[in-house]
Amino acid sequence: MSILKLEGLSKSFGGLRALRDVTVEIPEREFFGIIGPNGAGKTTLFSVIAGQLGPTSGRVVFDGQDITGWSADKVAGAGLVRTFQLMRPFESMTVLDNVSIASHRRFRSTAKSRDHAAEVIERVGLSQYLNKMSGTLPTAGLKRLELARALALEPKILLLDEVLAGLVPTERAPIIDLLRDIHRDGVTVMFVEHIMAAVMALSERLLVMHEGAELTLGVPEDVVQDPRVVEAYLGEDF
Amino acid sequence: MNRGVRVTQTSTETKEAPAAPPRLLDNRQLRIAAGLVVVVGAAVALMYLFGGQPSGLLTQSLITGVLLGGVYALVSLGLTLIFGVLGIVNFAQGAMLTMSMYIVFFLATEWGLNLYLAAALTVPVMFGFGWLVQSTVLNRVMGDSTHERPLLVTLGLSLLIINVLLMVFGGRPVSVASPVEGSINVIGALVDVPRLIAFGGALAVAVALTLILRKTTLGLAIRAVAANDVGASLVGVNVKRIYAMTFGVGATCVAVAGGLMVSFTSLVPSAGEQFTTLAFVIVVLGGLGSIPGALVGGLFIGLVQTVGSLYLPGSGSLLLVFGIFLLVLFLRPQGLFGAKS
Repeated sequence: MSILKLEGLSKSFGGLRALRDVTVEIPEREFFGIIGPNGAGKTTLFSVIAGQLGPTSGRVVFDGQDITGWSADKVAGAGLVRTFQLMRPFESMTVLDNVSIASHRRFRSTAKSRDHAAEVIERVGLSQYLNKMSGTLPTAGLKRLELARALALEPKILLLDEVLAGLVPTERAPIIDLLRDIHRDGVTVMFVEHIMAAVMALSERLLVMHEGAELTLGVPEDVVQDPRVVEAYLGEDF
Repeated sequence: MNRGVRVTQTSTETKEAPAAPPRLLDNRQLRIAAGLVVVVGAAVALMYLFGGQPSGLLTQSLITGVLLGGVYALVSLGLTLIFGVLGIVNFAQGAMLTMSMYIVFFLATEWGLNLYLAAALTVPVMFGFGWLVQSTVLNRVMGDSTHERPLLVTLGLSLLIINVLLMVFGGRPVSVASPVEGSINVIGALVDVPRLIAFGGALAVAVALTLILRKTTLGLAIRAVAANDVGASLVGVNVKRIYAMTFGVGATCVAVAGGLMVSFTSLVPSAGEQFTTLAFVIVVLGGLGSIPGALVGGLFIGLVQTVGSLYLPGSGSLLLVFGIFLLVLFLRPQGLFGAKS
């Protein structure tokens, strides 16, 4: 059964057509990768799905429910959670508080939401920073915090926007392990990424976007052989 | 589908003891506060020694100034909270203060309620008013990083409130007598009991507000929205609802202030206007969006105004207030407790 259906999604900013008729169906528990050159519409696609932007036309169906036009917080509360490429921590608040806000959407009691937040923080490996201000975290820590906040909402599907960007290779490996782990627990993952090694290792299917539209969609091994993909994105040397 | 949380320590870093939770003021703010206390203390000591004023009069002015400053702080708290969370400069803060005072006046004279009971009843009314203004009007004109539209709305709201009050109550000054009369001696100065109650109430509200922001989930959500509204919506916080709650809390601050000060105010529909200006000065002085800043700024401006009037009678003390304000803008444009941008 598909957990997310995008039906003819388009988004225009004035004369710029950032998304053109994107139609995709994501089965439950899929690890779904998205690649494409800068400006291909990947982040816009996430924003439209997650309710930050309303589509110009088309529908978003999540878990059998039409969520087109829902506000971002309502979408997040329903279990469709995105992270941002540029992390958005609440800097003047502790790591625990950052995550507690998200847990609170699930647990009405403050004590329970804090306990849950602490568990999630431990899971992403940030326990030693529990009461530190989130603004003091290093980049890798901020990435983990962003994941923790998303996980605290107990998502059914996670939309990850370049979660590995800005990390050195040694920092990437544990995050990739963590993503695998989250996926293994039953969360559907859609992710935009430029680090091709990670894309190839994680994606079950891969969507290539170009100029706001689908260029091709398929198994990663096939997709990267596609001459159009090589020309538009990967380059001859890949 | 298993969405339970499994414990996986993926980090290779060693565990340290968790750091202490953050305090109300960080070290930098404590240093600024201490510095201010030293400067004000020194100024006061100099005035006692070489000020050329009788020391009894000076003590009286100091105490009056602190008490007045408490009420200023309360009005400014609402203003700084609304600015910090919504980014809206609320020009209607003073008019909302007048509105609260007229509601108390109405309840006390028409219904014959005790002044402080009337003040307590005004609090939920003003919270509802603030909530309604934000959710029906301001939420619609916010966003797209335009500051002009909400600003014009609050300016219009201010004119609307003042003129409706003028229409309903007329322009003749009215007053409400406090059920508690008399004055008591505080370290050599005579203090009206209603003013003392107002100061205590202002402190109580400041403490309550700080506790709400620090300890409750609503406070957590308000702080999150203040820090980053997009991030807050991503973790499931209904940002527009928090905006409405915050504006309601900001209105509650003026409701308490109005209720506590109406007994020593000559009430006319424009009575609150001077408070809008003063609250702006205080909020900018303390640092936009800073709660300790509004408190300290309020007390400071209250002191400057009353002690200053010993030397510059009449509205001359306001000259001193704005002089200090300009000086702070020159030397520390982010305000005393504001973060450097």
